[in-house]
Amino acid sequence: MRYKQKRRIKLIIILAIMAFAAFLYFQHGINLGLDLQGGAHIVLQAQPTEEREINDTVMSGIQSVIERRVNQLGLSEPLIQREGSDRIIVELPAVDSPNEAINTIGRTAMLTFRNSAGEVLMTGEAVKDARADHDQYGRPVIAFTLSDEGSEKFANITRQYIGKKIGIYLDDERLTNPTVQAVIEERGQITGYDTIQAAEEDAILIREGALPVPVEVIETRTVGPTLGSISIQKSIRAGLIGLLLVAIYMVFYYRFPGVLAAVILAIYGLILMGTMAGLQATLTLPGIAGLILSIGIAVEANIIIFERIKDELKSGKRLRAPSHSGFTRAYTTIIDANVTTIMTALILAYFTSGTVRGFAVTLGIGIIVSMFTAFFVTRNVIDIFAGSKLLRENKSFGVRKG
Amino acid sequence: MKINLSGSERGNKVDILGKRKIWYTVSIVIIAIGLLFLLINGLNLGIDFNGGTLMEFGVEDDITTEEVRAVLERIEIAEDSKIQHSEGSGENGIIIRTKTLESEEIVAIDNAIKAEFNSAEMLRTEMVGPTIGRELRINALLALIAASIAIVAYISFRFEFRFAAVSIITLMHDILITLGIFAILGREVNTPFVAALLTIVGYSINDTIVIFDRIRENMKLMHKVPFVEQANTAVVDTLPRSINTSITTLITILAIYFFGGASIQTFMLALFIGMFAGTYSSIFVASPLLVTWQKKISK
Repeated sequence: MRYKQKRRIKLIIILAIMAFAAFLYFQHGINLGLDLQGGAHIVLQAQPTEEREINDTVMSGIQSVIERRVNQLGLSEPLIQREGSDRIIVELPAVDSPNEAINTIGRTAMLTFRNSAGEVLMTGEAVKDARADHDQYGRPVIAFTLSDEGSEKFANITRQYIGKKIGIYLDDERLTNPTVQAVIEERGQITGYDTIQAAEEDAILIREGALPVPVEVIETRTVGPTLGSISIQKSIRAGLIGLLLVAIYMVFYYRFPGVLAAVILAIYGLILMGTMAGLQATLTLPGIAGLILSIGIAVEANIIIFERIKDELKSGKRLRAPSHSGFTRAYTTIIDANVTTIMTALILAYFTSGTVRGFAVTLGIGIIVSMFTAFFVTRNVIDIFAGSKLLRENKSFGVRKG
Repeated sequence: MKINLSGSERGNKVDILGKRKIWYTVSIVIIAIGLLFLLINGLNLGIDFNGGTLMEFGVEDDITTEEVRAVLERIEIAEDSKIQHSEGSGENGIIIRTKTLESEEIVAIDNAIKAEFNSAEMLRTEMVGPTIGRELRINALLALIAASIAIVAYISFRFEFRFAAVSIITLMHDILITLGIFAILGREVNTPFVAALLTIVGYSINDTIVIFDRIRENMKLMHKVPFVEQANTAVVDTLPRSINTSITTLITILAIYFFGGASIQTFMLALFIGMFAGTYSSIFVASPLLVTWQKKISK
């Protein structure tokens, strides 16, 4: 009776673990990396100029201008963070034209008004607002408004340059080069755009101001939404095929315990998903590979235990005793073997970034969950079936006599 | 009880460690060929390590690489790109590889290709500047060194130093074989490859430790027999485990290789080669080396 009660408790423990994992999974879901949901990862490096060196203030300035630009582009859930002394990492999930977004974000966007000799008459700091609009002929333009100070200055400049040309430049790109017809004070227009989208992009840059120093785009990785969904579909299919093949192999080789192993593997998968969701870990494409690989590790732990029990069975013990000493001896081996893999996963996570770090993190989580499964689930499952005929026969575990 | 079991079976155990010269030769030949290719061809370093730009487009119609080059020539950007068809992305693909480009140039290519071919869609773009390329190279190397040191430290702590020394040799063995075969195949090497190498190292050591663990146990249980027999018994007894875990892992790797899409095939290929080498080295290199070490010392 006492044995039956214990068995019931063990079953309840396993079910509770599974229920909790399922709860975490449905509650939080799995975070998908940029390579799976599509998006852009950009690393920008600030370039010192003759007037300005890179310091904390400059970096904060760059960060806030970039944040405003990203918000104006209407991109959802962007991640903008500083790295090291002179770098900024921008991550934009689910962006439609990632390459154009990068181009807009990384521009210095210094607006200058220059005369025909190229001398700078006024800069974009005088601009209060800039919006994309259509002019009286229906052409896309940028309509800008100057600050009070700017209006006064521009009035003076235009008075002086009537009948001459004033070029408007965004960085080194000449947007337009009109001849001044009349004195302009508060409002002006920049013409020469082919589309309203192009005008809107530049309007954002002008409105949100220039970066304090130029930045260089030193790394970009963008994935279109199609490739992301192809990758997810394919890797889920690959994972399921892998799981199925491993399960078949285990059943073929270990008979009934193999069936148990397959069930344990499914439970492992559930706990793993729950843990990933609970930790809010990001799943990347190499990360999925890490997950599928960790299936191999989870199976390995079971194989170590089974082989140990088999050894004990060979030496003539009946199952309840062999499983006990088999477990104790397998534990040390499993821990020793997994510590090195966990160490390499940690080192990898420390020295890499992006999707490869995703791989290291998922592999690490996978190994820890597999150890947990081996210690708490495999043992209880085997104990539950320890009394049954299926496990008591010597044939099971593939033990051969002789 | 354990002693009786091992003792009674000792007579009919397969003699793996006695044939260690054969196993050494196999490994040395493969490594030598690999090294030769490494020296002559070198590794095909991808943009992660060399810097550069890669753009992949998916297209529905059949377009030729010449048509793509014509577009690049018209906009006068990256005319000397390497242009290839990519397969396995689920549709026809075109991959453009070139030097590090400015953001504006990337946008120009993106727009020009989409304008020229109606069905074209940007699948992925990767641009790595020379600074990042250098950092990724250094970090990859540091990660490998740090992992090796950590593993030796752990094994010295849990076992004995000679076990650790042998693990380092097997670790180099697995890395050299994987690098060599990649040099022979000329496959492109990027950061995921380093991740694959480290995983291989972790796995192979993992395999080796399980056997060492058994040797350590046999050294206590079978202290009357020579070391070579203690080790051989350990290798043979753990053989089903070694083979079964390798088979299950290799099955999952092959499943991802064939069904997981083109983007992770190289990664999986590296893992497959490395795992294979790793299993071989834990059975046929690690324990034999311990025996060789023992014999050299006792002489």
